[in-house]
Amino acid sequence: MRLTLHIWRQKSPSDKGRMVPYKLDNVSEHMSFLEMLDVLNEQLIGKGQEPIAFDHDCREGICGSCGFVINGVAHGPRRGTTVCQLHMRSFNDNDELFLEPWRAAAFPVLKDLVVDRSSFDRIIGAGGYISLPTGSAPDGNAIPVPKGDSDMAMSAAACIGCGACVAACPNASASLFTAAKISHLGLLPQGQPERHSRALNMVAQADREGFGNCSNIGECEAVCPKGIQLENIARMNRDYLIGAALYREPQSEAGAG
Amino acid sequence: MPLHSRTPTGPIEKRWENTKFEMKLVNPANKRKYNVLVVGSGLAGGSAAATLAELGYNVKCFCFQDSPRRAHSIAAQGGINAAKNYQNDGDSIYRLFYDTVKGGDFRARESNVYRLAEISVNIIDQAVAQGVPFAREYGGTLANRSFGGAQVSRTFYARGQTGQQLLLGAYQALERQIGAGRVKMYPRTEMLDLIVIDGKARGIVTRNLVTGRIDVHIADAVILATGGYGNVFYLSTNAKGSNVTAGWRAYKRGAYFGNPCFTQIHPTCIPVSGDYQSKLTLMSESLRNDGRIWVPKMPGDTRKPQQIPEAERDYYLERMYPSFGNLVPRDVASRAAKRMCDEGRGVGPTGLGVYLDFGASMERLGRQAITERYGNLFEMYERITGESPYEVPMRIFPAVHYTMGGVWVDYHLMSTVPGLFVLGEANFSDHGANRLGASALMQGLADGYFVIPYTLGNYLASNPIEKISEDHPLVKAAKEEVNNRVKKLLSINGARTVDSYHRELGKIMWDHCGMARNAKDLLEAAAKIRALKAEFWTNVNVLGDAADLNQSLEKAGRVADFLELGELMCIDAADRHESCGGHFREEHQTPEGEAMRDDEHYAYAAAWEYKGEDKPAALHKEELTFEYVKPSQRSYK
Repeated sequence: MRLTLHIWRQKSPSDKGRMVPYKLDNVSEHMSFLEMLDVLNEQLIGKGQEPIAFDHDCREGICGSCGFVINGVAHGPRRGTTVCQLHMRSFNDNDELFLEPWRAAAFPVLKDLVVDRSSFDRIIGAGGYISLPTGSAPDGNAIPVPKGDSDMAMSAAACIGCGACVAACPNASASLFTAAKISHLGLLPQGQPERHSRALNMVAQADREGFGNCSNIGECEAVCPKGIQLENIARMNRDYLIGAALYREPQSEAGAG
Repeated sequence: MPLHSRTPTGPIEKRWENTKFEMKLVNPANKRKYNVLVVGSGLAGGSAAATLAELGYNVKCFCFQDSPRRAHSIAAQGGINAAKNYQNDGDSIYRLFYDTVKGGDFRARESNVYRLAEISVNIIDQAVAQGVPFAREYGGTLANRSFGGAQVSRTFYARGQTGQQLLLGAYQALERQIGAGRVKMYPRTEMLDLIVIDGKARGIVTRNLVTGRIDVHIADAVILATGGYGNVFYLSTNAKGSNVTAGWRAYKRGAYFGNPCFTQIHPTCIPVSGDYQSKLTLMSESLRNDGRIWVPKMPGDTRKPQQIPEAERDYYLERMYPSFGNLVPRDVASRAAKRMCDEGRGVGPTGLGVYLDFGASMERLGRQAITERYGNLFEMYERITGESPYEVPMRIFPAVHYTMGGVWVDYHLMSTVPGLFVLGEANFSDHGANRLGASALMQGLADGYFVIPYTLGNYLASNPIEKISEDHPLVKAAKEEVNNRVKKLLSINGARTVDSYHRELGKIMWDHCGMARNAKDLLEAAAKIRALKAEFWTNVNVLGDAADLNQSLEKAGRVADFLELGELMCIDAADRHESCGGHFREEHQTPEGEAMRDDEHYAYAAAWEYKGEDKPAALHKEELTFEYVKPSQRSYK
């Protein structure tokens, strides 16, 4: 098939950026979207033009590196799919496609389709863990976990941190991402001791990073390649509310012995 | 320099315990005086960085991805082994040890493998307590499944995303330390050289992949956890960014490279569909639990699979290996698939594929049960091929998946450069000539959580380490070399793209150093690769600037190193005149076509020493002794 691509080119974070049109022939339906861009890039290099920069790594939909907006939809038209697993059979001959990076204040563009998502790491660093020194764990079967809880935790934990939810949200909110981690850990018995402080700290960090608030639009769920559900946000809000009500200043531990 | 493996003696079940007791400790107040660099943030690197920071060391961690959470460990699907014997089916530490030594075709160090099996149980405990959502039974206990190369169910799993969940566990532990200011994280940063001063690893040179800035980081010890080098084949199941550069730079600075030719070809991947193909996608080995592998009995049979009656199908693994059937180890399954295709019985448009059929299982267990077990894998297959495995059998073909070879390390996971430790897939240890399924995650986490915290402390406590400044002439020289290499790559302005060289290298490797090898082809391949390398350095075209996010430049540096590694792999493979595990030499096979080892002459790990540009590498041998598992012809019949 033959395609017309309009792709966001931006040399550096300070460059203004613009859409640039490209034509590409002989696109096979068996190619992945990124393989199609590889072919375009090889042609550009042949013409002495700098190739289009885009993040990608595993190309099997799990590392969360890739992602951009195709015709207004994060990760493109096929549901539950990252762009690396989106295949060209989802498109038609003579299609015109517009490719843009994730747009959010908390995801500054570094170059072309590449954005800086380190704000996600800082949200995890603010509380998205169970504090557990290596070697101090009890036997794996010491605490039974109901299968239903474990399955729900797994569904939330499937988040790949790609950022599509933020890109799709009119408020550029990171609520689905943050809630997925709060749910994953909060549903498990191991995550209970820090459950409420975790919600408080992670939400506060998301605010500091400049992500917007959730206004229950649901675009995030619609584009999520891993099917993370909105109910996680409800769970986050509940944990946050309880956390806020129960909050006490930490006490000093010095003086014992 | 002779090799000292520092392998302990005495009863095997006491070796690690005794070694731990004999090792020196660094007291808690002194740990923060030591600077440690961890390169790589996958299961091995992430768990090491988090654990060392928790102990009190000053840690810097580096990864080329935009976040430590994206390391390629994340793509591991099937599971992680542990000798918990929760299933009461006869498993034990000794049995996991035995299976792993045998599965590795008697080319791994017994002491290391025993330690790995011993630690496996702690890993599960650690991961569960971190919140890794492993699959569970209705009673709330952990579920297990069986995996290739084992007759017990010892594999723990989290749907088809076990690697992801274990990595997120390690990543969260790492982020906790980063948030607490105990680890300084450097994402989008690539290590381009190792700094060795007075024979000790003392730092690294890095390039910031966004700004292009070249920096040096001085430290008291350096840990590489940089994964495998399967991408030397261009097409592999590895992530596009996976590369050998850190390990290769270490090799050129004096670290020996162990068993470079030991490569694992995974039997269940989606076949290649065209020239544009950029990577191969693995279908979890767990599918072999319920899928039956077959080809038509008649060569050149072009009928659709549904039209081929049962009597005209050859379930060749069940026929050839009745006791293990579809669950034979990966090397055996891959070679059998190749043999079927060589006989003209391969399926699909290219003839390079075999069927993996769930029809019988769906009849036996119902479609619902199969969906629960493999639903996400079936969806992934359908997205990529446009065919539903519920309707037509999957087509699969072997693909490069894992490298058992890597930087040679002793029992302490230290390389031949003191102070340089190598963990996980990046080192050569534990898996011998073939890795069993669900053992890579186990090894990465064993090294990072439970081995390096002890052995690093022992090194720091027993070796005086001088203070070094960034003005040291060797530090400046290393930085200058990196700068020059970057400038050189950008100034060639030749006619071919980096990818075109990478593809050509990959094809040479796959054709001559892949599933079947022979001495003549291997030596020819080595010569071809040398010529290709020479051409690369005069005719590659890398556009863009040094001080910029430049993905072509990143690739160019990595491909340049792959070109050198590829040659060494061919030389190593040519030098090993026996078949073992994933290394199959056509000249050395049994009458039935099985791998034939030569224990009398080749029961050693090959450790190659770099001797300089255009000089042949020197071979050192670490003789392997088997006191517990006596080498025998591996039989899965």
